[in-house]
Amino acid sequence: MKQQQFEARYGAFWDALTQTLTQMEQPARPRWRWRAADKTAQPSPDSPSTSAATPTTTPATTSAADFPADYRRLCHQLALARQRGYSPNLVNRLNALVLRGHRQLYQHRPPLLPRLRDFVRADFPRAVRAQWRWHVASGMSFILAMALIWGLLAVQPDRVHSVLSGEMIANIEAMYASETRLSDGRGSDDDVMMFGFYIYNNISVAFRSFAGGLFFGVGALFIMVFNGGFLGAVAGHLTNVGAGEALFTFVIAHGAPEITAIILAGGAGLRLGAALLAPGQQTRLAALRAAARSGLPVIYGVFLLLILAAFIEAFWSPRDLPAQTKYIAGGLCWALLTVYLLFAGRTAGGDDDGSR
Amino acid sequence: MIDDQRHIVTPEGVPLALTLAGPVPRAVAYLIDFCIRIVVYLVAAIALGPLGGVGWGLLLILFFVLEWGYPILFEVLRNGQTPGKKALKLAVVKEDATPVDLNASLVRNLLRTADLFPSFYLAGLITMLIDSRFRRLGDLAAGTLVVHVTPPPDSSLHNGTAPLPPDWAVTVSDRQLLLNFLERSPQLSPGRRAELAQLAFPELAPDAAEQQLRQVALHMQGAGNGAAGS
Repeated sequence: MKQQQFEARYGAFWDALTQTLTQMEQPARPRWRWRAADKTAQPSPDSPSTSAATPTTTPATTSAADFPADYRRLCHQLALARQRGYSPNLVNRLNALVLRGHRQLYQHRPPLLPRLRDFVRADFPRAVRAQWRWHVASGMSFILAMALIWGLLAVQPDRVHSVLSGEMIANIEAMYASETRLSDGRGSDDDVMMFGFYIYNNISVAFRSFAGGLFFGVGALFIMVFNGGFLGAVAGHLTNVGAGEALFTFVIAHGAPEITAIILAGGAGLRLGAALLAPGQQTRLAALRAAARSGLPVIYGVFLLLILAAFIEAFWSPRDLPAQTKYIAGGLCWALLTVYLLFAGRTAGGDDDGSR
Repeated sequence: MIDDQRHIVTPEGVPLALTLAGPVPRAVAYLIDFCIRIVVYLVAAIALGPLGGVGWGLLLILFFVLEWGYPILFEVLRNGQTPGKKALKLAVVKEDATPVDLNASLVRNLLRTADLFPSFYLAGLITMLIDSRFRRLGDLAAGTLVVHVTPPPDSSLHNGTAPLPPDWAVTVSDRQLLLNFLERSPQLSPGRRAELAQLAFPELAPDAAEQQLRQVALHMQGAGNGAAGS
């Protein structure tokens, strides 16, 4: 068959298929429409939740009902066009059409809300526990740096000038050690501003420490040591000038989600670096991908934790309340978070093997 | 062979060609996105600035969303295309040519930080130049590719020329050559067209050679009588 006959015979079909595809490529409708259907497929609470992995196909509209069959016809026509040596333009056109069809037929869009619930209830703490070694490593580097600087300043208070700049010291003293307390002259306006700042700054730092891990873990390690050291320096110096309590009552509550999140991001980053340094039986690329994939749930969780931390830090931490109240609330935050990360999502069968 | 095509095989057994996008169009797309983000931010700053602390808080959140969320949101919700990529007809796809999902988009955009290192995307550029598929570090980890989405424009050329059967036994590669000539001739200069035509018909004058070559090519494409099926 000549090319022009071929085009004449199937041209209308290609145009129709193009239209169907254009229709299917419209942005997805709100996902919550599929919630009702998904509920029937939910597992009972005590069985491991495998539902998240069940593919949920896009509901077919009437015009797209024949799409899979049409797509296969199109594939056949592309193969014919190639085999018969038709012109590159025609082959390219069919190739592009097949490509668009391929994207629509094989996409995977599971519903969002059930996944989110499963994630918070079980997947995030499981992901953290599955890689506990790396999170312990990044936590240790953070805590060691903090303890080292803090201890140094406890022994030699003057050393603060070699760790912090003069301007920084003045700033910190103005914030915590002066007579005017934090919340004086600070309205709800400033709370919102600080909320925005914590969102922007902290989440960016967390994301960067994950990405920094790609450089053989050095970037993640640096951010852990730097932030740990900085916190140690501030705490050590303020203790020396007798303003320790102002700091501790401020940081104790939001510190739980915030410091934990930064350490978890660092741990995920270290895992990336380790995949490059010691890929084991895989190629480095495959190891890197596995590390990125297994680190992702942690990063989603870090994101949620830091939003929580920003709320606490902006709206609760600056309130002038008795120190005892602050310590109790803060202790509660730490305890809840620890219990959550250690025990949430555990099942009787024992789903996380703790390896990897 | 150095090639910007990447071939994958679909489950239907059809090989599918993806045209990979190199550093330059991607950089231009990035610059367009960058400008869009700056404009959005400036407009928001003018609108929200007078609100005081609340305004600044919202601006900082917007800044966060623009820096980290912008590429992710567009790639996931708009078939792998940010406005800049759309302008240059690029798209992010997974390595099997399926649309990029949230996980892949998140990985490639979070690791942008590593590609940025130490500045001006140097790490990313070096990785792209080394890698055979122009992947930056984020693409490598996420398993994604940036591809050109539209094929070259379909320009059918039947400007009244009568097809002419060839006077030799045509092989498949001859066919391909003739069809390529027909479709690419608008992009060639007249001198080059004549030069190529004279390679085929050295005995004819340049103009006549080109005319004859075009006629034979049209015959190959199947114009006019479809009697001689291939």
